[in-house]
Parts: sequence; structure tokens; C-alpha cells
Amino acid sequence: MIAIVDYGMGNVASVSTAFKRLGYEVILTDNIAELEKASHIILPGVGSFQAAVEEINNRGLKEPLQRLANEKPFLGICLGMQLLFSEGYEAGFSKGLDIIPGTIEKIETEYLLPHIGWNALTIKKGHQPFQSFQDKHVYFVHSYQAKTDDKFIVASAEYGTEVPGIVQKENVFGIQFHPEKSGEVGVGILKAFLQEGQK
Amino acid sequence: MIVKRIIPCLDVKEGKVVKGTNFVSLRELGDPVAMASLYSKHGADEIIFLDISATNEGRQTMVDIVKDTAENVFVPFTVGGGVRTIDDVTRLLKAGADKVGMNSAAVANPELITESSLRFGAQCIVVAIDAKRFEDGWHVMTHGGSKDSGIDAIEWAKTAEQKGAGEILLTSVDTDGVKDGFDIELTKTVVDAVRIPVIASGGCGTPEHFSEVFEKTDVSAALAASIFHEETFSIRQVKDSCKKQGVNIREA
Repeated sequence: MIAIVDYGMGNVASVSTAFKRLGYEVILTDNIAELEKASHIILPGVGSFQAAVEEINNRGLKEPLQRLANEKPFLGICLGMQLLFSEGYEAGFSKGLDIIPGTIEKIETEYLLPHIGWNALTIKKGHQPFQSFQDKHVYFVHSYQAKTDDKFIVASAEYGTEVPGIVQKENVFGIQFHPEKSGEVGVGILKAFLQEGQK
Repeated sequence: MIVKRIIPCLDVKEGKVVKGTNFVSLRELGDPVAMASLYSKHGADEIIFLDISATNEGRQTMVDIVKDTAENVFVPFTVGGGVRTIDDVTRLLKAGADKVGMNSAAVANPELITESSLRFGAQCIVVAIDAKRFEDGWHVMTHGGSKDSGIDAIEWAKTAEQKGAGEILLTSVDTDGVKDGFDIELTKTVVDAVRIPVIASGGCGTPEHFSEVFEKTDVSAALAASIFHEETFSIRQVKDSCKKQGVNIREA
């Protein structure tokens, strides 16, 4: 059973269906006991970093999520990926879940913001499960990006600057783009996460 | 780099896909969710639904279609048509739409753009502009392209951006349904006047019309309806043609 953390930030119908299509049972919940029972934790989210942090704190989810990230396969998607980092600078300063070291800062680019649309992935060396997604296009919608150590970056996209697309620290993964909106490639990336998580 | 998007548009009336020529004489085509799903499998980069229902029942049906689409289609989709209030925007986004388009209501009340953009983020607010050429320039047409607002379309595009629009869906009323190519001059003028993505619409009849609008303007996306619905050309053919012309597109 995959648990999608439902904390009031954005619609999760597509994320949920994407996992169901891969043959998994899915539960949408902000209940800690339910999250503890799940095989995988998915933290989605659309909106601002600060608002999301407030929602998580108000529901008493911060400490449980930090603990679960040590225990089982964990995936943050879009804003959920950004929340994995230490600090965010959207709408002022706020503390994230601090599971992966790094900050969330406005993208510095000459191109239009938000960074919206289909962009190609460059997969870093040494990430075999994701190699087949080299040069594949995925759908991004965001204005802020992760600034983190290269060793946590699995894949990135070029947008006048290097934008991290997939990050990883041990069993914790983050995906900046929307795999649930990225067609078959996106579904394939979710599948790769599920397979990696089982190791 | 970001690719140029190829977007099929589905005009939906009372729950069924239809397409008009010059905004009149509709004919029924099919099931919106099935068609959107098929287009996404064929490589559409995004889907746009335009709800042209005249009844409340029709609008409610659209919400159900949006829910169904969110569960069955794995590319982003936009819903426009009949969006009048922030409640309409909320209802469609909550049902699972990635973006919401607004047209006449935004012209009547530009604050609707600001209010929606502040609440949900500019990335999900699309302002649709129907423009028609007059002696003194392009005017914004409202009510399905039938009513001249007297407002300059280029100025309105700039205002929409300032008010918080994340994208402009630009339809040329002059070329719509004519199948003789996109309105290059109008598209170029609007694209050069704003710093948000613009989707060109109206007039596409062949795959080459797509590559032409991408070559001659900096437009981010282009939309067509009938050439796809009538199976005159497939999305694959459009992408092959664009690729041959050196347009950066997504291989799907």
C-alpha cells in the first residue's frame, strides 16, 4: 500500500491514478498511523513553500515525515520535493523538512518564469536505474529550484541554468517535475522509483 | 530547453466534443475523455477543453469530464469557456484541471485574473483572447468571437500579463476555421509585446502551418482542432513536419 500524504496542497488525483495504473493500492491520508503502515510514502504538493510548511506543521506531520524518511522509500513530487530540503526562500524564509541538505531558491535565468513546459532530462553518471530517461522530456511547472550538493542530483534540465529534476539521498527521492503529467516517461520514472525503493 | 507544444483543442458542448467553423454551425464528434486520452497517447503535449455549453447542466457535466480526465490523461490539460467567477476557477482546479482559461469575464472584470492568480498561482491562469482585425488594429472580441469590445488586443494582452495571467491563448477570429494557416502577424505582435508564453490558435489546416508559426514567431505553443478531430492529420505527422523544419519538439 502506497500512502500519498494529503495535507491540502493541490490535487492528487493524477498522482494517485499513476500509481494505481502500476498495480499498487493507494491511500490518501494525513493520518500518522496510516502512513506508518504504508510501504512507500509520497509527498506531493502544488503551491508556495511557506504555505505547505504551515500545513505540515499544523497537522503535526513534520516529525513523523522526518522519521518515515529514515524508514521506507519516500518520494517528494514538485513542491513535495522542495520540502525535503533544509530551507526555502519563497514568500520569505521558512524551514523545510531538512531531509536532504540544501535550499530552495528562485531560479536565476534569462528565460521566462515560471519554468513551464516539457524539458529534456540529463541523467548524471552512476544512476543506472534512470539512465534510460536520458534526453527524455518531462513536464515542469515551477519558479523555485533546489540548490544542493551535486552528489544528491540524479537528473537535471537546462533552462539557462541547471535545474535539478530528480534528487536522491539514500531511500529518499525528489522529483521537481510532474511525473503524473509526463506521459509514459513519467510513469516509467515512478516505476524506477518503486523498484529502487524495494532494494 | 523547453520544447514547442502541440495542442489539440476540444470544443465541448453539453458533454460532447464539437467543432465550429468561424464559431458557428456545430457538429457533434465524440466523447471528450476518450478523445483526450487518445491524443495524449499520440503525443499531444497538452489538451485544451473549451466548454461552449449553454446550460448549467452542461457546465456541471464539464466538471465531471475534468475529474475523469484527471484520472485518465497523463499530460497537462486546460479548461476554459464560461469561467465567470473565482468559484468557477476553484471548482475546475479542484476537479483536477491543471490550468483554467478565462475570456469574456476577464475583459469585463480584469480583477478576476489577479484574484485567481494570487490564490492559485499564475502558472494555472490562462487568459484567452479572441482578436479580430479592424482598420485601427486588432480588437478584443468577446462572447465567442461575436461581440466587439472595442479594446485593443495588444494592449489587453499586456494588461492581462500585468494582472497576473500565466499564459495567453490567442485566437485570430479572422483565420479561425479558414485552414489557411495561423495569423502570423497577430501572433508575432502579441508574442513580442509580453513576457509570458503565448499559444497561437485559429487557422491551422496542415502540419506545415505549425512549423510556419514556430519559425516566424517566438510563440510557445500552437493549437488546432479540426485537422486532428477529422483525422486529416495526426499529431505524429505534425511533430514529424516540425522536426524536419528544425523545430524543437517532444518525442513521445
